[in-house]
Amino acid sequence: MTAVFAFLGRNTLGFFRYLSGIYDLSAKAAYWTFVAPFKGRYVKWGSAIHQMVVAGVDSIPIVSLISLFIGIVLGLQGAYQLAKFGATYFVTALVGVSMTRELGPLITAIVVAGRSGSAFAAELGTMKVSEEIDALEAMGLDSVRYLVVPKYLAMLVMMPCLTLISDLSGILGGAAFEIAQLGKTFSMCLSATQDALAMHDITTGLIKSLVFGLIITKIGCYEGFSVRGGAEGVGKATTSSVVVSIFLIILADVVFTAIFYFTSS
Amino acid sequence: MPSDFEGPMIRVSDLVTHYGDRRILNHVNLDFPTGETMVILGGSGTGKSTLLRHIMRLESPTSGQILIRGHDICPMSEDQFNQIRRKIGMLFQSAALFNSMTIEENVALPLRELTQLEDSTIRIMTRIKLDLVGLNGFENYMPSQLSGGMKKRAGLARALAMDPEILLFDEPSAGLDPITAAGIDSLILKLKLAFRMTIVVVTHELASAFMIADRITVMDRGEVIATGTPEEIRNSQHPRVLQFLNRIPEGDQVDAQEYLRSLTEN
Ligand SMILES: Nc1ncnc2c1ncn2[C@@H]1O[C@H](COP(=O)(O)OP(=O)(O)OP(=O)(O)O)[C@@H](O)[C@H]1O
Ligand SMILES: [Mg+2]
Repeated sequence: MTAVFAFLGRNTLGFFRYLSGIYDLSAKAAYWTFVAPFKGRYVKWGSAIHQMVVAGVDSIPIVSLISLFIGIVLGLQGAYQLAKFGATYFVTALVGVSMTRELGPLITAIVVAGRSGSAFAAELGTMKVSEEIDALEAMGLDSVRYLVVPKYLAMLVMMPCLTLISDLSGILGGAAFEIAQLGKTFSMCLSATQDALAMHDITTGLIKSLVFGLIITKIGCYEGFSVRGGAEGVGKATTSSVVVSIFLIILADVVFTAIFYFTSS
Repeated sequence: MPSDFEGPMIRVSDLVTHYGDRRILNHVNLDFPTGETMVILGGSGTGKSTLLRHIMRLESPTSGQILIRGHDICPMSEDQFNQIRRKIGMLFQSAALFNSMTIEENVALPLRELTQLEDSTIRIMTRIKLDLVGLNGFENYMPSQLSGGMKKRAGLARALAMDPEILLFDEPSAGLDPITAAGIDSLILKLKLAFRMTIVVVTHELASAFMIADRITVMDRGEVIATGTPEEIRNSQHPRVLQFLNRIPEGDQVDAQEYLRSLTEN
């Protein structure tokens, strides 16, 4: 019995320590992004742009490919259901709305969590065990400013862009299926998509993508900084950064979808 | 910082530190006189690196003070301490070069970020430091392309970049061949004579310790057990110091019963 309480206590304690660690890191990152530039300590745009290329531009092929396939699958599944009612006209709307509101941001976030979140954890974790972070601090260079803030900025810029690309590829995938199998033309698909989509479908998706981007950066960097020990610590941090961020992404997705649902009705 | 400061460059007084619940340093009192080389000796895990990390304020102590030029660094703000930190160079146990940058960029980084110097000036200063440690010609190498000894020397060049008044070395010659190690020793002597730097060297190499030291401190399990000139240390009668200097292995007479019990208790 006491063992159970000890277990619960230890895990609750660990959980709150994790939360407060993430809070500290976010507060410092916010300071270096929003406050310090007014004191003449500018954001490192050079490394932010480098991160944008690595985390953003380099993800474009994989994000668009996966989204294209998901678009095709959505078209297939939609047609299977809607054909029963003779309503295959609505397949286009189904694909468009699901991609922009839900799947575009989600797929992008999961791909980026796997590609870049893990890379953040591995990079910072390796720097931690090889004393590079200490060396940076020993020179009086703040590790959050130099290493974390550029990643935040890159993610905040690139996540919405990648999400838009994902939306577009998904819709194209759906259209490709409809043209091939349902005998529609490209212009029919285009106008049906235009009819179905409202601006807020896209904007809610983009808002979600910003939140997901924050989650991926926070968790990746925090896991990296908290590496103890050697190479196996880096491996563990990398894995758990992916697991934790995908979990939190889906949790945040539930919360935000609920908020959008209840505020728009 | 006034350059006519009298008294020790670094004074550690009554320093107590913990990692978690474990006490690592136990009431350490030490003076590091200005312009002298202090060598810290001691077995593995006695807290030598921990002491250096506290002098660099990479860790905060449980209690006690660390005075640099008479100023207590613990309560200082980050900005205040940054002024002092510029005058301290540190060579880490693992060299700690930034692996994503070339050697030249590594050495130039503090100059780029902390001074307003022109790029051309920075370039020249970087070359001078690399020359000093015998690494000219390797400017564009990545750290992964260097040998262990070369990495140590590149780390030293980076520590020297800001022309520090205090240099901290964590095991500069560990894992190096005797010739390279001797090279680093003579570099340390050169730095002391030419620039009158206050130097702290943590090492396990007894020969090198007695060659470079003005003063030697022996630490054991988080405590300073002896400190003085190399002569005083050589003549010390403290059993642990004798054991360390004469390289006598730990624990000859282990109680067999005690040993078995320690194995069976989980
Ligand atoms: N980050 C840390 N967390 C917890 N304990 C630590 C940490 N770093 C060091 N220690 C502990 O502190 C003690 C002193 O470590 P330190 O690195 O100062 O030893 P050292 O004297 O430099 O040894 P060596 O000569 O092997 O480098 C060790 O027993 C070690 O287990
Ligand atoms: Mg050490």
